Amino acid sequence: MNLLDVENLWVRFPSRTGVFDAVRGVSFSLGKERLGIVGESGSGKSMTGRAILRLIRKPGIVTADRIAIDGQDIMAMSERQMRTVRGQRISMVMQDPKFSLNPVMTVGEQIMESYALHANATKAETRRKALEMLEAVSIRDPERVFRAYPHEMSGGMGQRIMIAMMLIPDPEILIADEPTSALDVSVQTQVLSILDRLVEARGMGLIFISHDLNLVSSFCDRVLIMYAGRIVEVCRADRLSEAQHPYTRGLLNSLPRLDQPDRRLEVLKRDPVWRNADSVSGML
Amino acid sequence: MSGIVIKDLDVWFGSGRDRVDAVRSASFEVAQGDSFGLVGESGSGKSTILRALTGLAPDWRGKMQAGGELLGKSRTRSFYKSVQMVFQDPYASLHPRHSVDQVLSETLGLHGFSGIDKRIVNLLDDVGLGSSFRFRYPHQLSGGQRQRVAIARALAPEPQTLLLDEPTSALDVSVQAEILNLLTDLRAARNLTYLMVSHDLAVVGHMCERIAVMRNGEIVEIMSVGDMRAMQPVHEYTKQLLESSRGYVRAELSA
Repeated sequence: MNLLDVENLWVRFPSRTGVFDAVRGVSFSLGKERLGIVGESGSGKSMTGRAILRLIRKPGIVTADRIAIDGQDIMAMSERQMRTVRGQRISMVMQDPKFSLNPVMTVGEQIMESYALHANATKAETRRKALEMLEAVSIRDPERVFRAYPHEMSGGMGQRIMIAMMLIPDPEILIADEPTSALDVSVQTQVLSILDRLVEARGMGLIFISHDLNLVSSFCDRVLIMYAGRIVEVCRADRLSEAQHPYTRGLLNSLPRLDQPDRRLEVLKRDPVWRNADSVSGML
Repeated sequence: MSGIVIKDLDVWFGSGRDRVDAVRSASFEVAQGDSFGLVGESGSGKSTILRALTGLAPDWRGKMQAGGELLGKSRTRSFYKSVQMVFQDPYASLHPRHSVDQVLSETLGLHGFSGIDKRIVNLLDDVGLGSSFRFRYPHQLSGGQRQRVAIARALAPEPQTLLLDEPTSALDVSVQAEILNLLTDLRAARNLTYLMVSHDLAVVGHMCERIAVMRNGEIVEIMSVGDMRAMQPVHEYTKQLLESSRGYVRAELSA
């Protein structure tokens, strides 16, 4: 069975000038794999991630035929039940650690809090577990980081702390929304290999939302390409360079490349047909 | 001869115990009409060099020459007329309550131009926006359009040198391509000198002829684009950067 099934997901925002559809009828499933979602800003990729956790706030409206985790329908759950899903079964790492960590709590307290909420453990045990987790995300001096406040951390450290926090309840699915775009390349590699290890070792499912085509094609197993709230193409990550859809091709061609110098870059010409074409299914 | 000469430049922030040496004995030269790239990770001091050049980092020592003058403690108006900067984030570098027209006419007025009306129309045409954008506010523009306005503002005093601080890192790749093409065209049309900072090696490789790699405030290597494309860096650190720019390599797992 798939870890997650999403069928016909819509996210709508009513506004004064009519209803804006951020996500329009997207279907996909997630196995024990690294699933990449790529697209430009405004293509609905982040909204898709948030909708799965039912994190879309009013007046946003989320509708779906089915969003099922291990066969259980998330759409039918009460808020109380949702709280046992969020964090424990599906976790999310947001883009910028600066805005996701509490500035007036030490890193240690925050990690302990996320564990204590989900597990019945003594304080000493929680502390031990938190330190263990910091070590697991390759933080060299966990005792010091444990006592530190978020502003004392660099961006890369902050992002690893976020990942530690999200992984401590041992979720089945991790949704990572641009987890590395605020990081330097060398730190990026470290963070990715942590995620990679978790997928391989724990059999976690990973949804990796990114705008970086090169990164997704080298890191993920399968890729969904989103445009204007729809999936325009689904392909194997290592075959991304052979993608067929003109939008995907356009994105790939607009990247400057080190190995192929070109005086001018190709500019993406948008075809209104793409917007109206049916969403491609990403179901397994 | 204009262009940029930087010799034994040190830049620091703070004093005493809190002193941070952001740039240490950096030296390089950019000839007029050339394009030079600075790459490195955050905190390596690449943006600090640009800030020192424009006078935004007051504590520095060494020799800096740009816009045809040897730079001292303060900058003259003629310096700002010939050297202009484009900032990273077009969402932050434009005043939210000034229209495009206000932004451009203020700059033109400050530099004592006449015929402002005509110049604004020309500038907007040059950056591919057209005069229909003239009375819009930043919130009515997309990220790429805002960056075009920021570039138009930088071009307003008709500079010879543009300092580009990560001009496309806040933009989508398709928009990035448009802005990079625009910068390429402008350079060809106006014989501009570019000093460009970026963390993206592919972008710098596309735009520049020579590249300096920075780490911890020091320039570790200056090389030509040809060497970079051929993946023939001398320094170990450059090699690392080049390799990680190719994407994620799974083999690192087992290590």
